[in-house]
Amino acid sequence: MDVGKDLVAASATPLVLAILAEGDSYGYAIIKRVAELSGGHLQWTDGMLYPVLHRLERQGYVAAKWSTSESGRRRRYYRITQEGRTHLAEQRKQWQVVDGALRGIWMKECTA
Amino acid sequence: MTDFADQMLEEQIAQWRAYVRRRQGFQGPDVEELEGHLRDELAALTESGLAGEEAFLVAVKRMGNLDALSREFARAHSERLWKQLVVANDAADESAKTSRSETLVVLCLAIAAALAVKAPALFGVPMTDPNEAFYVRNASLFVLPFLTVYFVWKRGWNIFSSLWLAVPFAAGAVFANIYPLRASGDTLTLTALHLPIALWLAVGIAYVRGRWFTEGGRMDFVRFSGELVIYFVLIALGGGVLTAFTVMMFEAIKIKPEWFVQGWLVPCGAAGAVIIASWLVEAKQSVIENMAPVLTRLFTPLFTVLLLVFLATMAWTGNPMDAQRELLIGLDLLLVLVVGLVLYAASARDPHAPPNFFDGLQLLLVVSALVVDGVALAAIAARISEFGFTPNRVAGLGVNIILLVNLTCTAWLYARFLYRRGTFTALERWQMAYLPVYAAWAALVVIVFPPVFGYR
Repeated sequence: MDVGKDLVAASATPLVLAILAEGDSYGYAIIKRVAELSGGHLQWTDGMLYPVLHRLERQGYVAAKWSTSESGRRRRYYRITQEGRTHLAEQRKQWQVVDGALRGIWMKECTA
Repeated sequence: MTDFADQMLEEQIAQWRAYVRRRQGFQGPDVEELEGHLRDELAALTESGLAGEEAFLVAVKRMGNLDALSREFARAHSERLWKQLVVANDAADESAKTSRSETLVVLCLAIAAALAVKAPALFGVPMTDPNEAFYVRNASLFVLPFLTVYFVWKRGWNIFSSLWLAVPFAAGAVFANIYPLRASGDTLTLTALHLPIALWLAVGIAYVRGRWFTEGGRMDFVRFSGELVIYFVLIALGGGVLTAFTVMMFEAIKIKPEWFVQGWLVPCGAAGAVIIASWLVEAKQSVIENMAPVLTRLFTPLFTVLLLVFLATMAWTGNPMDAQRELLIGLDLLLVLVVGLVLYAASARDPHAPPNFFDGLQLLLVVSALVVDGVALAAIAARISEFGFTPNRVAGLGVNIILLVNLTCTAWLYARFLYRRGTFTALERWQMAYLPVYAAWAALVVIVFPPVFGYR
């Protein structure tokens, strides 16, 4: 089962912010973490993560800087900002509402 | 993110990089970031046992469709959107067709603008001495409506909503012509100067089409305006050469071409050139895009030096500023130019880059302009209190106050940015929010000044 395109797009921001809230990271590692968290069901086209990250940077939710990785190449590391944390908390509330509503109705189906 | 011993693989990566670079929407650092990702993926794949070639195919496939990706990059960086209108047309073959019909539309509009200049002559208002005032105050109305039509067409405006855009032009035509402005009167000159500024806002609204308040819309328009000026000047230079040759060659065979040059070539050419220049800005952005930042970088230090030396000389000699009309207008133009330089530098700058030496220079320019503006304000105020109000002095006073407010805020936000207390985006937002003020003031001058000052 693959999650639909719209849902993938909608969940991208909270997922990326939540992963960065765990600690600073870079593109490739974020993709791996998403795959790990969703058991491989959330299929992102790898490249698509970068526009998302750049948009978040523009909105001030994450900050980025280039630094040298262990292999000697430059790598762009992302860090969540205070604004990003606030936004994440807000997003979390919204997702909980959606989640709660769906749970409510599906639980009823199960018991009925 | 590793380098590979496999020479083939490195070559393939290099090819892929060159291919991505050629795409619109990506910039150097984006490509580097994506390449890093590709290398990480390749490392993981080869480690799990795939051979170089297979690993490369899988990694590239996972990266995704580059067309879709470049569109997403363009959306995420709307400041780059102006360079490629890839978002509008998805299919490449379609763009060839639209560019042909665009050429046709542009040529028609340019010819229409050129003929519009001559249209009043058909109705008994030829371009000769007593009618000069008519042409002077209506100059912008010959050209800007056609430019607006171009953007209405280009941006795919809905016909009915685009009719609203006719309102400012109709109002402009009414207010420019109902007042009995005297030829060579002050209010006539003021109307001629301010009407295009007020109407430029309408052009801007057509240009951004609904993106006025969204990120980047107004900035794109500012960029467009600056580049239009550059293109127009280039075309005008060429036009000057053409005119010179026309005069020289026909005089060589004893024919006086003045009536053609003055009555047709220069006015019609200038009107058409505005449309053509706008189209060139839209179509050939990448050519100019490298020139504009260079020009701002070249002239920012020079103007800073000019202002500083001027202030120092004034302080040293103690000569008060002579508030002659020409001088004050010149000073206003200088300050407008400084604001233009700041705006343009801002539009060409990556808002995320940290402050650098050039930003310090910009702040110096803004602060010295602020001081000059203060001196000019004092001179105008002194002249008003001594000789009373005239339309020119009040217009000068208004412009100076508007620029003073803008420069003060700009200096404050720039200083905050330099000391890392604020972001460059805040400065950009302030400049963008201030744009309608210029148009509102210009409209005020056109509408209110003539009756208030008795059409002097």
